[in-house]
Amino acid sequence: MSVVVYTESEEGTFKKIAQEAVSYAKGIADKMGVPVTAVAINGGDTSELGKYGADKVLNVSNDKLSKFNAEAYADAVAQAAKKEGAKVVVVSSSANSKYMAPLLAVNLDAGYVSNVTELPESTEPFKVKHSVFTNKAFSITEFKTDVKVIGLAKNAYGVKENEAAGTAEDFAPELSSEDFSVDVVSVDKATDKVTIADAEIVVSGGRGLKGPENWEMIEEMADILGAATACSKPVSDMGWRPHSEHVGQTGKPVAANLYIAIGISGAIQHLAGINASKTKVVINNDPEAPFFKNADYGIVGDAFEVVPKLNEKLKEFKAQNG
Amino acid sequence: MKILVCISHVPDTTSKINFTDNDTKFDTNGVQFVINPNDEFGLTRAMWFKEKQGASVHVINVGGAETEPTLRKALAIGADEAIRIDTEATDGFSVAKQLANVVKEGGYDLVLGGRESIDYNGGMVPGMIAQLTGANFVNTCIGLEIEGDTATAIREIDGGKETVKAKLPLVVGGQKGIVEESDLRIPNMRGIMQARKKPLTVKDAVDANAETQTAQFEKPAPKGDIKLVETVDELVDLLHNEAKVI
Repeated sequence: MSVVVYTESEEGTFKKIAQEAVSYAKGIADKMGVPVTAVAINGGDTSELGKYGADKVLNVSNDKLSKFNAEAYADAVAQAAKKEGAKVVVVSSSANSKYMAPLLAVNLDAGYVSNVTELPESTEPFKVKHSVFTNKAFSITEFKTDVKVIGLAKNAYGVKENEAAGTAEDFAPELSSEDFSVDVVSVDKATDKVTIADAEIVVSGGRGLKGPENWEMIEEMADILGAATACSKPVSDMGWRPHSEHVGQTGKPVAANLYIAIGISGAIQHLAGINASKTKVVINNDPEAPFFKNADYGIVGDAFEVVPKLNEKLKEFKAQNG
Repeated sequence: MKILVCISHVPDTTSKINFTDNDTKFDTNGVQFVINPNDEFGLTRAMWFKEKQGASVHVINVGGAETEPTLRKALAIGADEAIRIDTEATDGFSVAKQLANVVKEGGYDLVLGGRESIDYNGGMVPGMIAQLTGANFVNTCIGLEIEGDTATAIREIDGGKETVKAKLPLVVGGQKGIVEESDLRIPNMRGIMQARKKPLTVKDAVDANAETQTAQFEKPAPKGDIKLVETVDELVDLLHNEAKVI
């Protein structure tokens, strides 16, 4: 018996969310007194997973799985979980993991809880805390099933080093043609920029920036901080920025360490999308903007005066602190 | 084409979130319920298929009689028939089992749901329906075209998008992009009048136990006051030394 964790990778490199998922799986495994088995699909060098607590890595190398396919991946992870006799399977909260997790839960006849924020408060009965009502509340939920699938919320637990053996073992799941009945025709990915999903810091602009031509200073700040750029709903609706940058209830959720909102008043739908972020900064010339009630730090001022000065200061800071 | 749209009955975004019964139940007092926004995008796409390609559109919800106004609203928007499965919606897996049963019986070609509901944010029901019925599944769908028995869908992935092809029957977890917000429809008086006469069937639930159960709700700790600063120097100092985020 072990805790099984699916470790997401891209082009042979494990993502930070995979490191976090293994760290979290180790936390559960310690509570249950069992080892951690990581499942890596075309993951390249799996030795690093031991650093975060994986006792064993099941290494799946299969060209057919070179592109993510929810059904095939769910089948592979379910077979690994069954092989290991896992009672708990941990996945991340990326778009792909959230796509796969419900299929995996059905394959394992397991309860599934997503957006989990902490280690289980007890393992018998098995209860986990997860965010609900778009981060306006938490639910402590009890599993009634023998096998449990847990979707870990991004950035909720953090990456923790916890040296383990990380012994690799090849694993070849049996896959059928039905696993590939959703055919990926093409993938269109922006590779040169930090994406909202992966970013530790997000710099976001709203209507207060007056037009798309003024986004240069937002992009400059994102470059300095190694951040992703984002925007409010009206900005994407007006076509100033792509929809993929729209943050909010019907847009992207953001769980960054630092969220900087510039010229965004803070409509409730926007705030719902960023609630899980740890530190929020607002820059707005309207002191009555609702965002000021929801942020940690704020400057009341004109974005066109404040942002260039802030960018200069951040450049200086980065030059001194690396 | 026969389309089923899964409609979650959720509190309006602006609702205050409170709990009763020792923080074990959501307090519905004074709460306005609406069609889950992600489901509404799917419903509008279904209307588009109905009008442009010909399709019958059914809407479905798992819940008590209090959810019927939400189903009537979907009928007023243009759905042909509504089904309510008469049982309390407990966890996502049991809801998916109820819905999968109707999907199998009804022989639907396309099932549209939202990528997640804005109340419990579970994000599991469409995927589970697909797996339980053997249908194909596309999640976080931002574009959908159907020709004959083949769907071409665009789905949002982290940092981009991908295009997929799949045969019907297909279950879709949709979101903004499958139609734009500006395309969403507000029921007009004619639609509201017609909706009163459209069939709303109440079905008994099948035996499907919940796999999880809420033991307790909690609200986040109250947020401290914002620190307003005058200068960018002060802000950078606080972000580095106090918040430790840069």
